[in-house]
Amino acid sequence: MNTVGSVIRRRNDEAAGALIGYLPVGFPTFDESVEAAVALVENGVDILELGLPYSDPVMDGPVIQAATQQALANGFRLTDGFEAVRRITERVDAPVLIMTYWNPVVQYGVDRFADDLVAAGGAGLITPDLIPDEGAAWIAASERTGLDRVFLAAPTSTEARIRQVVDASRGFVYAVSTMGITGARSDVDRAARALVERLTAADAPASCVGVGISTAAQVAEVLAYADGAIVGSALVNALAQGGIAGVGELAAELARGTRAE
Amino acid sequence: MALRAQTGPYFGDFGGRFVPESLVAALDELGEAYDLAKLDPAFGAELAELGRSYTGRPSIITEVPRFAAHAGGARVILKREDLNHTGSHKINNVLGQALLTKRIGKTRVIAETGAGQHGVATATAAALFGLDCVIYMGEVDTERQALNVARMRLLGAEVIAVTAGSRTLKDAINEAMRDWVTNVETTNYIFGTVAGPHPFPEMVRDFQKIIGEEARQQVIDLTGGLPTAVAACVGGGSNAIGIFHAFLDDTDVALYGFEAGGEGVDTERHAATITKGRPGVLHGARSYLLQDDDGQTIESHSISAGLDYPGVGPEHSWLAALGRANYRPVTDDAAMQALRLLTRTEGIIPAIESAHALAGALELGRELGPDATILVNLSGRGDKDMDTAARYFELYDQENPE
Repeated sequence: MNTVGSVIRRRNDEAAGALIGYLPVGFPTFDESVEAAVALVENGVDILELGLPYSDPVMDGPVIQAATQQALANGFRLTDGFEAVRRITERVDAPVLIMTYWNPVVQYGVDRFADDLVAAGGAGLITPDLIPDEGAAWIAASERTGLDRVFLAAPTSTEARIRQVVDASRGFVYAVSTMGITGARSDVDRAARALVERLTAADAPASCVGVGISTAAQVAEVLAYADGAIVGSALVNALAQGGIAGVGELAAELARGTRAE
Repeated sequence: MALRAQTGPYFGDFGGRFVPESLVAALDELGEAYDLAKLDPAFGAELAELGRSYTGRPSIITEVPRFAAHAGGARVILKREDLNHTGSHKINNVLGQALLTKRIGKTRVIAETGAGQHGVATATAAALFGLDCVIYMGEVDTERQALNVARMRLLGAEVIAVTAGSRTLKDAINEAMRDWVTNVETTNYIFGTVAGPHPFPEMVRDFQKIIGEEARQQVIDLTGGLPTAVAACVGGGSNAIGIFHAFLDDTDVALYGFEAGGEGVDTERHAATITKGRPGVLHGARSYLLQDDDGQTIESHSISAGLDYPGVGPEHSWLAALGRANYRPVTDDAAMQALRLLTRTEGIIPAIESAHALAGALELGRELGPDATILVNLSGRGDKDMDTAARYFELYDQENPE
């Protein structure tokens, strides 16, 4: 079975590293979001990060905010997230992580959420507003179910916090490339390289860099030092502008960045 | 342990730090600077001097017998935070956080604002201390509080109208947090209420607790004893915690927080977070929250922009869970009637926010009877609300036919 960890290792053996693609569930419609996620994998994305739309997404920039607000206006429910995971994992064998703000998980019930995610075939959670300090319930639920848990590390994290994040994470550590929210940037910050070096020194299982990556050249640049590159806003934008064909084309283009060694 | 001794990050099951990792270093830096400042007599002295010579502290208390005649004969005493420089209690907190900003060497401050009172206070402190200042304000609020937008701009602040979500206070907080995540190395976030991640609930409370410390002694000096009840409006809850705090361990003093009941708590248009919400996580803390079954925040409604918030500070959730403080809703209309009543009987025009506490005091007085003394936090003045009040009571000569 493909796990997040095994896919990252394999892609680092056979290529420069893993490409991780983000799309929100329910944008532009539920069915199209499933088709778009499948298209990502068919065009070279190694691991999927499915975002659950949330009313107060403080880590997200304008592109993802607009998409998730539309999904909420269309009537997105949390159970749609599990259904999307189920449909995608039936069709492609890439691991699927859910990216969610914390309150929806709390309200659904942390254990119930973990059980339903396992049942749907999901691989784990990326939690942008949950730090390990507040994560006891989730750490217990993911230990019980074997789900991966991806915590974030930032350039401003102290050494003690880097160690805490590394110890708490399973699958990979999400290295926030620059100080900021999601959104394509012309230059991926140099801070990312230093952060990945610190994570590696702390024995991180793997370090994947996100926030600000939008081109194949940036994917290649990041994979020169990191285990994976995470692309979000650029894919959402491609889906909004060019539909499923458009997002597939961008995925194929980004995947070329994983081949340059 | 005395209730007053409670510090963050947790107030019982509430509080904490549910934030992106990118903000943790800044929150730690702020918390450490605050912990050092608390122990530094020079910081306390500087803040006290600003309070005295800039804000106008101590604020007076005013007994209002003509208003109290409508409150079952109970004595009603107002703590006059409306007389502070900039017109509300918000300046107490802002001056403290602006001094801390200087201490940690940052040159830019950001803030969220609902009614505009916290934004005006922050812009004022930025002018006083020579800091760059950006204020985030929901687009709906920039329209209903246009006068405060102009005040902030005149003070030199940049006001950014937030068009995301419900375009009110909660969205202004989201946008300010995004700014802070991006600019944290140069920027301090001057948070306006006792919500948010640690250390804000504790720190903002500490900067506001002077309200109750002064008022407790002033009421004793006036009446010879403690009040029967203390009343305050609650949005995020900073003026309420400010006046409650000195009384937390006075077990004979009842504490009442009045939430915005909007068009009624049985409608969908209210902001009565403790009355109608349940615990959840928003804006960095676990607290009561208006939310749907999926944990999506429900948009709040209040005629008062300063109370139009679907969350509440974690210390209030804790006090509610303990049963130490009581929280009740007051409708838009009850607040507006109380606003007019105080104005007509005492010549004091309160902010619509504070009018919720006045309406609550009228209700309490009738329940507690003529032997009761009710201390009400008059947290702000009503100048900013003249347009809303003029339309509500049809005070303009003629409406524009637009």
